[in-house]
Amino acid sequence: MSDLICKNLCMTFSNAQTGVKVEALKDINFTLKKGELLSVLGPSGCGKTTLLNMIAGFLNPTSGSMTLNSTKIDGPSVERGMVFQQGALFEWLTVSKNVDFGLRMKKTSQGESDSLVEKWLEIVGLQGFGNTPTYQLSGGMQQRVALARCLVNDPDVILMDEPLGALDALTREKMQSLILELWKETGKTILIITHSVEEALLLGERLFVMAPRPGRIHKEYKLPFAEQGLQTPLRDIKQSPQFSEVREEILSMIWDMEEEIMGGA
Amino acid sequence: MLDWLSQERAFIASVIIVILLITLLWSILVGLRQATYRAKDQVFGDPERTLGGWYWTLSGVSAILLLWFYFSWGVGRAFFPEAGNEMCQVAKVETAIAPIKAALPIDSRYFKSTELIVRNTEQLDVLESNFPEGVFSETEKEELLNIIVSSRKIIGIFSDQDNQSLESKLAIRDISQDLDELTDKLSKDYTKFNPSSEGLLQPNWGTTRIELPLLPITPKGVLFDDISKHAEVLSQKFLKLRNNSAAANSIIEATKQQIKRLKLSNEAADRSDEVLKERKHYIKAVERIFRRLDDGTIFPPQALDELNDSIKDFLRAIEGAKGNLRLVQAFFIPGAGVVKSKTQCTEQGSGRWLPKPTDVVAKFLLLANPNLENGGGYKGTTLFWWDWIEIADLVSFLIPDFLIDLLPGDYGVHSEQGLFVPNYKDKLQAFAQGDVYLGVIPMLDGHIWDSLFRVLVALALGIFLGVPLGIYMGISRFFKSFFDPIIELYRPVPPLAWAPLILTIFGIQDDGKIFLLFMVAFAIMVISARTGASGTQLSKIRASHSLGASNRQILRYVILPNALPEILTGIRIAIGVCWGTLVAAEMLAGTTGIGFIENVARTVSDYELIWVTILIMGLLGLAFDLLMRLIISRTIPWRGKG
Ligand SMILES: Nc1ncnc2c1ncn2[C@@H]1O[C@H](COP(=O)(O)OP(=O)(O)OP(=O)(O)O)[C@@H](O)[C@H]1O
Ligand SMILES: [Mg+2]
Repeated sequence: MSDLICKNLCMTFSNAQTGVKVEALKDINFTLKKGELLSVLGPSGCGKTTLLNMIAGFLNPTSGSMTLNSTKIDGPSVERGMVFQQGALFEWLTVSKNVDFGLRMKKTSQGESDSLVEKWLEIVGLQGFGNTPTYQLSGGMQQRVALARCLVNDPDVILMDEPLGALDALTREKMQSLILELWKETGKTILIITHSVEEALLLGERLFVMAPRPGRIHKEYKLPFAEQGLQTPLRDIKQSPQFSEVREEILSMIWDMEEEIMGGA
Repeated sequence: MLDWLSQERAFIASVIIVILLITLLWSILVGLRQATYRAKDQVFGDPERTLGGWYWTLSGVSAILLLWFYFSWGVGRAFFPEAGNEMCQVAKVETAIAPIKAALPIDSRYFKSTELIVRNTEQLDVLESNFPEGVFSETEKEELLNIIVSSRKIIGIFSDQDNQSLESKLAIRDISQDLDELTDKLSKDYTKFNPSSEGLLQPNWGTTRIELPLLPITPKGVLFDDISKHAEVLSQKFLKLRNNSAAANSIIEATKQQIKRLKLSNEAADRSDEVLKERKHYIKAVERIFRRLDDGTIFPPQALDELNDSIKDFLRAIEGAKGNLRLVQAFFIPGAGVVKSKTQCTEQGSGRWLPKPTDVVAKFLLLANPNLENGGGYKGTTLFWWDWIEIADLVSFLIPDFLIDLLPGDYGVHSEQGLFVPNYKDKLQAFAQGDVYLGVIPMLDGHIWDSLFRVLVALALGIFLGVPLGIYMGISRFFKSFFDPIIELYRPVPPLAWAPLILTIFGIQDDGKIFLLFMVAFAIMVISARTGASGTQLSKIRASHSLGASNRQILRYVILPNALPEILTGIRIAIGVCWGTLVAAEMLAGTTGIGFIENVARTVSDYELIWVTILIMGLLGLAFDLLMRLIISRTIPWRGKG
């Protein structure tokens, strides 16, 4: 019932000036159950962002349908929270004002929103930074604010488009653990796009590998690493032979695709 | 106090100049020392390197002021308060001998006689070769050509030394000898001369409308003054000098008769208007040249040599007698020196159009005095003060009359008894027109306030109407496409090009100017708000949609703050442009405002006043800009960091 269902999704962009048509997505079908963690991987330009934007409600599909909790997706809504690569924070507001933005839009009472903001800042590890202007934060901290801002609104699905793409390796690993923890604790459905194969394996209970031209789901995996990651340190998982095997398989798959694009071009 | 300040401007200036010099040197020293510290810890191109640096500001300001003092002769007057008066006396001498100099190759390259001969010979040739055919009879033609020949002959006779009369030779020698005497006098000791008490009682240099006191106040000045009187007499003599020669006189007489005859024959016969016109024209041309020759101002080539030598000695003696005044003039009084006209001595060059800083301040204090009865203010309005204004005037400004017309009912009509009882609508209309006394409130007043008021009202209107429109144009296809042509059509036209039209439509009072400025501010605010709004990052808009913000909330909480830096920059630009436009508009029409003052000052060549207005405008503009910079750095610390 409370699933995200995409049926026969197609998206074609046509350039208004040149009239050239790009089939960004063709015939996407999948069902994401409540509480599932899905990561999406694929070569650049295969339509990952387009897919996410359609689910978020920023783009209308050319054909096909999407439903969340049996209601048709039609425009953006608080049910589907979004985390962007660069945070997209409001730089004129402080950290806590950023986090309680959604609550203020809903006109939640001051006391209630204050305690919620405090709770989430603590969860993402930013207690004490409430009054800091966001432009004084590091990139990793900014992503934490973006996560908190999204979670405060209690969305059903969290959509993330390369949320850790701009972070250094260490910060990235910490954030990966944080995302896994949040997933466990909140039981939210999470859809995460990434460029890193390792990250996709670690942060995906399910994993879609997408192929370009036209954008489609090439292969789907079911993976145990995310569950493991809740107990074992992520570095240990990365060194396991099982992990390396899947990683190599996917890497060569993507290499093949890239080569195909280059050869075709 | 003011009188003392005014009388002692030279002394005050010298104190200020010394302070400025010390400040300049000291701040440069501090700056250089700071630069060596800073050089180590900052890289070139880092904007941080522009922070601070008050000492450079200080040295820049004092350098400007010093330059101003120097080129306005402020330095000269401060340290050599008598130089101006002495230069005036020298100028008197120069003016006095100017007529003699003009006849000799001293300022120009040739003798005046040479120039006269060259010019007239040329013109005679032209006349001869352009003789109009079919206008004159054969005999007349012969006669006219004869006059031309005679004219050439006269030139020849005057140029021949043998023909020069003894009387004129002696007169020239007389003048030369008198000049030599004056030259002797110039090289003698002048320290025993005493300036008259009348001269010493004159006001100081530059403290009244007459720039330089005319009577000499130093022994040297007395010498030059005395010389100038004698030189004037010599000039008069020289101007009366004629090269009389019997040979020339007879030809001149004969030719005069010929011209007279020719003129008479014009009237006799009946000719067509055209022919008559051509005849008259030609005869006149011939006569004009003849008249230039017949007065005996052409001398033989060597006749004036002696006089020329005497003048040269005389001029050299003047330079010698000037003594250290020459140095003062070379180093401290840049420009064209002092010139004497009929009744006064005036400064020339930068000394004239660039008044001394102390004079400008004195003028400003005079204007700033709010006591209109005692000569304060300008043209019946204070510079910047306050006054009581009637609340009724304010009401009539705010409530348009037609609003009352829209109310139900009619205005009253007089009764059959010839009485008029106003009804409610009549009363309201009187109220709206400001006819009801409502008391008074204090209000700022004066030329500066009038200008400020116009700018601020226009700016406020521009912001309140322009920002919302600009923001909608930044986010809505309809608003962008609908309003774009209107704004982009009127905006590129320079505001001053609109001024004549707007002032005709709205009148030369505040309304017209405010509307003109509003047009300027409006366009700038629309464009900056539009740029700011359309520059909002898409991801921020999307994020706020996902966070549940409604369209109105996004406008208010995301797009507006995002556009704020652009809007504030827009306001900063708008203030500057409005200020500039306003002054120009006030020059076109009106009776108050800074631009009005400058316009009047221009027509009476009051350079001090012109500079006072320029400085007021500049300083107010600077104040606006500093204020805006402060506001910008306080309200949008996140600028450029998003
Ligand atoms: N607004 C648009 N107009 C036209 N074409 C578009 C538009 N947005 C995306 N596309 C095209 O759709 C395709 C998919 O783009 P998308 O941004 O979804 O790729 P992506 O998988 O997110 O790539 P990356 O990994 O580089 O972010 C690309 O070929 C792109 O050129
Ligand atoms: Mg993308």
